[in-house]
Amino acid sequence: MRFETSPAPQLAPPITVALTMRRVLYALIPATLVYTWYFGWGLLINMTLAAGIALACEAAMLRLRKKPQKPFLLDFSAVVTAVLFAFTLPPLTPWWITAIGISFAIVFAKHLYGGLGYNPFNPAMAGYVVLLISFPVEMTTWIAPNVPELDLPRLGLLETLAVVASGQLPAGLTWDAVTMATPLDDVKVQLAQMQTMAEIQSQAIYGDFGGKGWEWVSNWIGLGGLWLLYKGVIRWHIPLSMLASLFIVSLFIYLLDPGSHASPVFHLFTGATVLGAFFIATDPVSAATSVKGRLIYGAGIGILTFVIRNWSDYPDGVAFAVLLMNMAVPAIDYFTKPRVFGHSNRSA
Amino acid sequence: MTQDTRPPDTVPQKQWPIRGGLMLPPHKEISRNQSILNASLPATVTLPVQQHVGAPAQPVVQTGDKVLTGQLIASAQGNISGSVHASISGTISHVGAAPVPHASGLDGLCITIQSDGKDVRCAESTPVDDYPSLDPVALRSLIADAGIVGLGGAVFPTAVKIEAGRSAGIETLLINGAECEPYITCDAALMRERADEIISGAQILLHALEVERCIIALERDVPKSLEAIERAISASADGRLELVTVPTIYPAGGEKQLIQALTGREVPSGGLPHDVGFVCQNVATAAAVARRVHTGEPLISRIVTCTGSGVAEPRNLEVRLGTPIAELVAQCGGYTTDVARLIIGGPMMGFAVPSDELPVTKVVNCVLAATRAEIGVEKTTMPCIRCGDCARVCPANLLPQQLYWHIRAGDFENTRKFDLFDCIECGCCDYVCPSHIPLVEHYRYAKGQIRSLDEMARNAEVAKQRSEHKSARTLKDDEAYDSQLEEKKQAVRDAASGGGGKDIIEAAIRRAKHNK
Repeated sequence: MRFETSPAPQLAPPITVALTMRRVLYALIPATLVYTWYFGWGLLINMTLAAGIALACEAAMLRLRKKPQKPFLLDFSAVVTAVLFAFTLPPLTPWWITAIGISFAIVFAKHLYGGLGYNPFNPAMAGYVVLLISFPVEMTTWIAPNVPELDLPRLGLLETLAVVASGQLPAGLTWDAVTMATPLDDVKVQLAQMQTMAEIQSQAIYGDFGGKGWEWVSNWIGLGGLWLLYKGVIRWHIPLSMLASLFIVSLFIYLLDPGSHASPVFHLFTGATVLGAFFIATDPVSAATSVKGRLIYGAGIGILTFVIRNWSDYPDGVAFAVLLMNMAVPAIDYFTKPRVFGHSNRSA
Repeated sequence: MTQDTRPPDTVPQKQWPIRGGLMLPPHKEISRNQSILNASLPATVTLPVQQHVGAPAQPVVQTGDKVLTGQLIASAQGNISGSVHASISGTISHVGAAPVPHASGLDGLCITIQSDGKDVRCAESTPVDDYPSLDPVALRSLIADAGIVGLGGAVFPTAVKIEAGRSAGIETLLINGAECEPYITCDAALMRERADEIISGAQILLHALEVERCIIALERDVPKSLEAIERAISASADGRLELVTVPTIYPAGGEKQLIQALTGREVPSGGLPHDVGFVCQNVATAAAVARRVHTGEPLISRIVTCTGSGVAEPRNLEVRLGTPIAELVAQCGGYTTDVARLIIGGPMMGFAVPSDELPVTKVVNCVLAATRAEIGVEKTTMPCIRCGDCARVCPANLLPQQLYWHIRAGDFENTRKFDLFDCIECGCCDYVCPSHIPLVEHYRYAKGQIRSLDEMARNAEVAKQRSEHKSARTLKDDEAYDSQLEEKKQAVRDAASGGGGKDIIEAAIRRAKHNK
């Protein structure tokens, strides 16, 4: 009897790129629901819009680059980029801003560098930073959380859709009535006005360890991240080193002057810290690959995040920190080659 | 699966984690439970003269010769080689090229024997009644003459390994019963049913090696084999033998990994186990040695696992070497309808063969008839997403994805810098790759390319030296000619200026006239 042959190993592989990407999406479902509970329909609308545009851009670029459509459209990588990107957008972002950001992410940050696996920068962060620089007002207009202490008007699904489509609020509402500064922003502004942390955190928008609403979104993102760790989709090195370094640096500064600096716990539970640690910095394509390299990469992001939050004009620094460390990845990888079995220690 | 079934009186021993590795689906239960079947005598056997690492053996029989079971038909050549013996009695029908089970798919020189159906034993090699009285050197040549090679899949000549270990001054014999590849259970079956033979073989090998310590290593997931080995060790009352268990992790059964697990030491890059004080022998090799000593039988059969969802009744069989694979499968109930691949060895390091007419050789520990679902044929290769899982599972602590980039770029110099040649081709990186990149295939290709580039560089160097020598020789000849000419001219000039020139001129005129 005759048989076909194929190279070893010959064991059905346990995992695919698409499964890895789908698991990232599953891990974000609880956080998406909690986010929607606190901040309305905006996130779901932005996700849908971004995913649709991302897939369209992906298909167009694959066509231009003469690559097969099916495996790359079904690998869910564009959808993951779109969903993570949507998490960075204010819920009432006008649709054209979303479209510009996600198109930049897929076309420039991903495909012009060679597509899946070849992009040196995290596409979602690249898209977000382009928007943050180009549309600073829209990108910092966040709506207030739906908590009893803040009795602000809420927008329904259709009203939210109308705002996203037109960029205008419904008649009778002003931006001041539905939006407010994010905790990171607020802390920055008030500290500059010589308020102490204790005074700032006694206000209604602050919760147990971060901002009201925000802290719970963060917690659920964190739980999703732990599930990814459990499933082996991501490894512990980057999240741990990023969170630990942010904690240690902010603790050091906090201990020097607790009155005028946010506590380390506040840093961990507000802004994009948790999302960044588990979902952004762990993007394997743009991260370092060796164990030691990943620890350095994560620590760099943690430290840079703190530096940008504290001493720059931007309230949050995760996106910039990730992009800056993306640039350092080739060097990190080069200098952290592990010692090979049976070799004595050697220089890089 | 990995419950600790270590017998109570096993010497507890500190162990070290091996680097990387994987928990693979074992698939061992399907072939493990039945006893070893003595395969029926084949009508024809095809015996390649190269069933081992080293130089091919030289046939010592011709077409038409009558041979007996166990008779030498091809003798070892050079320092590293292995003899081949007739595995049945009958008539040599062919000596020539035939397909052999090898990853290259190329033909090899084979000796074919038509059975006379009698299986008459050759009286050439006789049992040794009292091996301890035998000189270790004589014992080693006895092992070499029996054609015994490593039966764990490496097929390195056993006597050569012993000799090398002796000269390296090793202290410990390591009997490897850690059968870590999925599906394969031939060693487990052997240990379960013929533990005494293995223990006896270990004792003989200790004598041949002239060392006093033997560690027998098994994985924890083979309780019955463990029990049997433990019983055989107690029965032997031999204090030199220790039984240890290692975790069921692939590839813990690799020599280097096993030594790392037992001692924490790494075999140096490019080195061998004897560099860290060990000689490793597979359990089946030990049993083959015992069989030669006690019964006089050279290596003419081996135990083969015939398994996979592609065969109806998977099991272990004791098979005469040279038996066509198809006959094994027939004795296991034949193929199932969805069989898709025929693999020699395990699914991780084995190689797929194009035909079941190939013979069983000393290297064939497993015949895996796999279905499409088992091997995952429908794989789409995607770009590397740098997840680093390959590096996490690599037992050699390499950076598989960096190697892959450099190979794709054709940058072979950098693959050498990233230590490509420390890759043991275990397949762990390939298996976990979410992008389904055939990494091991890339590494084999690059190793082959680098070897042939090195060969070309060596040849070029030789050619360059030859050419340089030749120009040097030519130059020397030219100089010699020039100086001779100069001498002659000088003689003429001397003669002319000395007044005796006329004679010379007249002599020249005479010569010229004479020539007309």
